[in-house]
Parts: sequence; C-alpha cells; structure tokens
Amino acid sequence: MLTDTRPLLEVEEVSKTFPGVKALDRMRLSLRHGEVLALVGENGAGKSTLMKLLSGIHRPDTGRFFLDGAPLRPTGPRHAQEMGIGIIHQEFNLLPDLTVAQNIFIGREPRRAGFLLDRRALDARARELIGRLGLPLDPHRRVGGLTVAQQQMVEIAKALSHDPRVLIMDEPTAALNDAEVRTLHQLIRRFVRPETGVIYISHRMAELTSLCDRITVIRDGQYVATMETAQTRVRDVIAKMVGREIGTGTRPRPAPAAREPLLTVSGLSTRTLLRDVGFALYPGEILGFAGLMGAGRTEVARALIGADPVTSGTVTLRGRPVRIRNPADAARHRIGYLSEDRKRLGLLPEDGVDTNIALGALRERFARFGFVRDRAVGERAAELVSALHVATPSLDRPVRHLSGGNQQKVVLAKWLAKDCDVLVFDEPTRGIDVAAKEEIYRLLDTLAQQGKALVMISSDLPEVLRMAHRVLVMAEGHITAELTAAEATQENVMHYATLRPGRPGTRPAPSPASDPAGTPEAGTR
Amino acid sequence: MTAETAPASPPDGSAPPDGSAPPRTAHGGTLRGRLQQLLALGGLVVICVVFAVADPIFLSYGNITSVLFATVVIGTLALGATFVIISGGIDLSVGTGMALCAVVAGVLITDMGLPIAVGVLGTLLFGALLGFVNGCNVSVLGLPPFIATLAMMLVAGGLALVVSGSAPIYFDSTAYTDISTGSIVPGTDFPNAVLILAAVALLAGVTLSRTVLGRYTYALGSNEEATALSGVDVRKWKIVVYTLAGLFTGLAGILISARLGSAQPATGMGYELQAIAAVVIGGTSLNGGKGSIGGTVIGALIISVLNNGLQVLAVPQEWQNVILGSVIVVAVWADLARKRSIR
Ligand SMILES: Nc1ncnc2c1ncn2[C@@H]1O[C@H](COP(=O)(O)OP(=O)(O)OP(=O)(O)O)[C@@H](O)[C@H]1O
Ligand SMILES: [Mg+2]
Repeated sequence: MLTDTRPLLEVEEVSKTFPGVKALDRMRLSLRHGEVLALVGENGAGKSTLMKLLSGIHRPDTGRFFLDGAPLRPTGPRHAQEMGIGIIHQEFNLLPDLTVAQNIFIGREPRRAGFLLDRRALDARARELIGRLGLPLDPHRRVGGLTVAQQQMVEIAKALSHDPRVLIMDEPTAALNDAEVRTLHQLIRRFVRPETGVIYISHRMAELTSLCDRITVIRDGQYVATMETAQTRVRDVIAKMVGREIGTGTRPRPAPAAREPLLTVSGLSTRTLLRDVGFALYPGEILGFAGLMGAGRTEVARALIGADPVTSGTVTLRGRPVRIRNPADAARHRIGYLSEDRKRLGLLPEDGVDTNIALGALRERFARFGFVRDRAVGERAAELVSALHVATPSLDRPVRHLSGGNQQKVVLAKWLAKDCDVLVFDEPTRGIDVAAKEEIYRLLDTLAQQGKALVMISSDLPEVLRMAHRVLVMAEGHITAELTAAEATQENVMHYATLRPGRPGTRPAPSPASDPAGTPEAGTR
Repeated sequence: MTAETAPASPPDGSAPPDGSAPPRTAHGGTLRGRLQQLLALGGLVVICVVFAVADPIFLSYGNITSVLFATVVIGTLALGATFVIISGGIDLSVGTGMALCAVVAGVLITDMGLPIAVGVLGTLLFGALLGFVNGCNVSVLGLPPFIATLAMMLVAGGLALVVSGSAPIYFDSTAYTDISTGSIVPGTDFPNAVLILAAVALLAGVTLSRTVLGRYTYALGSNEEATALSGVDVRKWKIVVYTLAGLFTGLAGILISARLGSAQPATGMGYELQAIAAVVIGGTSLNGGKGSIGGTVIGALIISVLNNGLQVLAVPQEWQNVILGSVIVVAVWADLARKRSIR
C-alpha cells in the first residue's frame, strides 16, 4: 500500500438534517490512497446520506469535502462523476426497459454523424467493459428481466465505466451469494491502484476482514472510530457500532418431527427456467433454499404464489390440492411472499410506515364494515416498529425517506402483521445490520415454533445454514439436493449449487455426508 | 440492539414511533395533504377576491348560488375521476357516459313511464354498469385505461344518439326536475343539486380516506405490483374503482338532465376533460397514489368561478378556455414547486 501524507478523500465535520432527523452530525472520515475503507454502522446511522452528499444529490448543511487536498463541492451526480467520484447506490438506478449496454452508457451513447445512435459501437464497448470486468452479463438483455444480483453487476459496470478515482459502494453485496461476492472482491482489488480508493459500505462483517484495510464506524450520524482491520476483531467493530456487545445466537431448536406436510409442491415447471421442482414443507420448520444467482429460487417462490405463469405443477395444502392463480389467491390460502426487491415489489414508497405495514392484512385485521380502523393500524404498526427497531421519526413518515435497512424492516413487518401459515422470505435480511439481523432470526424462529412453515431464500449462505432445518439446493432451475441441517455445509451446498443438472454427463455427485474436499472454489465457475 | 441505541427517537422531540403517535386520518389528513389543499384553496380565494374587486355583483347571493350550481355536474364527474386517477388510471368516458345516462333516464321515466325513483335507480345502475365494463376492459383484458375509456367514450357517445334517435328527451314531471332545481331548504331557492353534490362529496371523501376501498385506491396508484404481491386482489379492486366512477357518471346524468328538463344526447363530450382538469388543479397527481376529494372540490370550484367571473366581466367565451388552460399550468406547476421545496 502506498502511503501518501495527504489523504485521497477527506470528509470534515459534515452535518445534514432532514425534517425530524439529524442524519449526520459533524461526521468525518478520511480515505487514503490505494485503500479500501469500510464504513459500517447500524440501519439509519447515516451511511447512505454521506454518500448522497458526496455525489451531490443532497447538499451538506455544514462541513467540507477535500479530494487530494482540494475542496470538493459536488453540485449533482454528473458533476461528482466528472470530479472522479463514482457511486453505486444502495437502491438501483436502472431503467428496466433498456438493455444492459444501454443502461451502462446512458447519457453517453456513442453516436454517428452527431445524432444517430451507433448501436454497434455501443454493444462493442459494453462487451469490452463487461469482458474486462469479468462479469457474467449479456449486454443485450433487458435489465428489467434480470435478477437483483445481475442488476447489481450492471450498476458496477456502469460506475466503473467512468474510471472514477474514488469508488463508493453502498451495500453492493447485500443480494449476492458467496461466489458472487468473491467475484466482486476480485474486481475491487483490481480496481484499487495507488491513485484510487474505495469506500465500502456493508453489513456483512465477514467480508470486511478479507477486503478492507481499515474500518470506520458511524453511529447516529456521528464518527465513532477508525480501526486497522488487521488489528481488530469483528466483535469489537460490532460493539462500536451498536454501543454495546451483542451475543451471536445459536441455531434454532430442531423442528418438531412433523407428521403431515403443510404444503407440497410437485412437478413445478415454468417456460423460462424451472424444471420439475418438487418439495414438501412441514409446519414448524424453516426450509432453506440455497443456490447461485439465477438458479431459480425466486422463480420457485413467485410460481408458488401465482405471480408468474407456470406450465405445470400441483400444489397441495393441508392434504388438499389448491389452485393458486395470483398472489391474492395465495393470500387467501394464507401463503405470504416477501419479495427480494423491496423498492419495486415490496413497498408503497410515498405512503407511510403504518399504511405499508397494514396493506396486506387490511381487510381481515384492520377493518370493520369496510372502514379502516386507524387506531388498530396505528397500534399494530407501533408494536412492530418497536419490535423490529425501525428507525423512523413517525409512523406516517413516507417509507421512501427511511434508510434502506429500515425499509426492509417495514416489508418484514407487513408480513408479520398478516397471519400467514406459510411464509416465503426472499432475502429477508437484505441490507439489515448485524444487531437487527439477530432480532429477525429470533423472530423467524419464534414463528416456526408457533407452527408456521417458513421458506427462507438467501444468498447469505451462513445465514441459511444457521437458520434452516433443511436446505434445498438449486441449480439451473432444478433442485439438485435436499440436505439435512447436519449435511448442509458450505462445501456441500456449493457443490450442488454448481452442478449442471440440465445436461447429461455432469459430474457425479458425491454422497452428501462425505466431505467433498475435492471441490474447492466451486462457486467461482 | 436496544431502543436506546437505535436512533429511533430523533433528538428534536418529534413524535416518537411507539404508541403515542396520533392515529392519522388519511392521506388528506396528513400535513402534506392539508398543504396541498391549502394551496388550491388559496388560489380559489385569490381568484374570488380579484373578481369581487372587479365587480361587486360577483359576491351577490344570486351569483354565488349560480356559481355553485354550475359546479355540480363537473364536480360530480370529478369525484369519480379522483378515484380513478389516484388508482393510477384515467377515465375519458365520463362525459359522453353522462349523456348516455341522461338519455337512459329519459327512456325510463318519460318513454316507459316508470316511477321517478325507479328511473333514478335504474340510471345509477346503468352508470355503474358502464364503469364496470371499463373496469373489466382495464383489469381483465389488460387494456391501458386511456384506450379502454377512449373506446367507451365513443361507444357511449354513439349509443346516446342511437337510443334517443338523436333528439332530446323531455321530462314533463317537475318532481324530476326538482332533483336539481328544486329547493328543500325552506324559504329559499337554494338548488338541491348543490346539496346533493355536497353530500356525495362528503361520502366520497369518507370513502377515500377511511375505507379499505380508499386505502387500496391509493395503494394501486402508488405501486400496483407491490400491492398485488401483498395479497390484494388488484383486479377486483380496479373494477370496483371504475364502477364507482360509473356510478358518479350516472348521478351526473341525472343532475344535468333534471336541471335542463331534458336529456341532450349530443352533449357530454368535453366534460371529461373539465373533470380531469378539476382533479389535477386540486393537487391529485396523474401518476396516481396521491390526491384528495377536498382538493378536487376546490378544483371544480376554481373552474366554475373562473367561468362565471369571466362571464360577469364580459370576457369573450373563447378567452375563457385560454385562461382556464393557463390556470391548469400554474396550479400544477405551483404544486410541483412546493413538493420540490419540501424535499
Ligand atoms: N430524503 C430523506 N428525507 C428524510 N429523511 C431521510 C432522507 N434520507 C435519509 N433520511 C433519514 O436519515 C437517516 C440516515 O439514513 P441513511 O440512509 O443515511 O442510513 P444508512 O446508514 O444508510 O442505513 P442502512 O444501513 O439502513 O442503509 C435515517 O433516519 C433516514 O430516515
Ligand atoms: Mg443505506
């Protein structure tokens, strides 16, 4: 690492107040040349706000920024880009109807004769960039059809196409699995040169140790400390973040040996991806779904609740076959689905925290004779807000104004407010801080103990391994393995996640119990 | 994490998230909603003051009554349009739909000689049916609302002429015309139609702000996909919203024909745009998810006050539309500017 006396980027005593919230309070930070600096803090601590100030989306109330010692006053995202600040925001800014290539070069499309779009040049440049970054992306694909993880990669490609000096990533790995995280880390290491630097925001403590040189902690908008990663334990970082020590929980109690499955799915296929997916779900259990990006886990959930069309498949609920044609049918059968894409599919952005929480259960729990019982809504919302520690100045604050992790908690609260028997959680802890994650794990565990059947889809494999009583592994639209909690190890799961079930002559599967030490780095493909 | 360490309670002492937060009434009841109405209300007051200064006649009882009377038809249509627009849709069929409903009332009451109550009920149901068809076209067939209701605008306009033989149908019973022009307020000639508008506006306001239907209307316009994934039957509720708009269309058909004493099959075209204008001036967003009945009522009043005041000042008819168009631009721009300043 090159040591330079002057930091690459300095944040000096920056404050920012939103109505009712002091988001940043004399925050400081300094990024050295050639380093990856982690910025960690609880949900709503002010991390994203700081990044929005740096990219000129908001103006600071007080305080200054310096880039290489020179004052930096970004007036807008475009200006910040020109100054060499590249930002990948927590919430994506992609246009769903444009292709990957068009999104990457939006506003800078190569032209012919001044006004004609040069498609060939656009594709060539996109292909070159994607190839250079080693991303598994097709430049022609429509972005709206991509998974969250793939969209994340488009954002990364877009940011790096500007050749920034300071690259800021706001929870880039929230929706990525281990293999994808490794790809991203390699990418970052290649990007970091003596004249550049990276600010890396994440709630995943494990990855910080392997990637970052130093860690800066922010709490309630204030600077707390900066530590050299090499000389710091994760536990200390967390303690600084939340202001006290937290215990990491243990695996949930074993599920009761259930007699009858609550839900069985068999022969589920869709035109696009799924092939003959079948599984049973027992009351009181948490069934984990693991797999790589695009393996089809979200598709299974969406097909189950009738959000996407299926070509075949039967669903049996409490021993009786049911037809679920749309999510409303699913809800009637008390099956709920928490989407992985909170901004697009999970929230009413302009509406209040209370309205969002009540939306799903409005008719059965919060209404009488068609009239909304606002008091009941308010009480239940207040309960959930304090149970999940949603940081919001008021119950009717539009959720758009909450921090990412707190928005996620609101989505979760919506499903807790509704009394479902089967709950499918797709990336339930996406963007949620370590302390709050523990609370959510405890909550899921409680739900299971109440006899509900939970499906947990998560890219965070340790989380699946820790929570699930059984793990189904998917690859390319097939279920490739069903593992008991004891069999489900990182290596085992990765092995089955990288099988190519669609093709004949694939690697033979070792028995799950034997230690497949011979499949190192299975996930890097 | 404990509640103490979470930055849940902001230091400035604004409402804490737990328990003590007041149950909020509805969208129109939030600070934002109230501001929006204040803005429109301020505009209305300013316009009234200008006219009153220019000609004191403007403030006479007779003139105020006639302004209110003139608000009735557009106001009624705008109430229905408010629901549709907040839900993220648009309804272009309410103008000719109203003409068709008026004709249906004429057929039922004058041609078939049915009792007035039955005729009125039949007309309301017929209006609801028009809306129901719109709703099915939008939600079951998946047609874009603009197209589905544009088609209905043509169909209804055509049917009104076909059914009536292109000739007005006259009502000879004063009991029918009294629905609009009579007065149940003793000793005055204050028209019933205005009272009816006030009553249905109140009903619509309560429905929008306090009922499940209202909440879903906002939810549909705010994020339809998320609403569907929350387990709400969005198809059904969309149909309900359009059907409701149809019900208001039927009511407007009754009110206008009772006022004129006849059903005029060829009128109606253009009312839908005035209704949409009223909704938009009242601060409802064409993108859906935001708006209020209070705003719409004020918007409708602004339109009729302008029409009336300009008439009082003898501004030529042609200029009135020019001014109305400009008012729309100013109203919506002011609303946008206010939103930007809040952020
Ligand atoms: N545009 C806004 N309007 C009002 N309040 C805002 C706005 N943006 C952020 N806030 C508030 O500022 C505080 C800090 O939010 P910020 O998004 O910076 O948190 P964060 O550290 O990124 O959290 P997370 O880990 O959940 O993403 C929060 O309390 C949030 O509600
Ligand atoms: Mg954030």
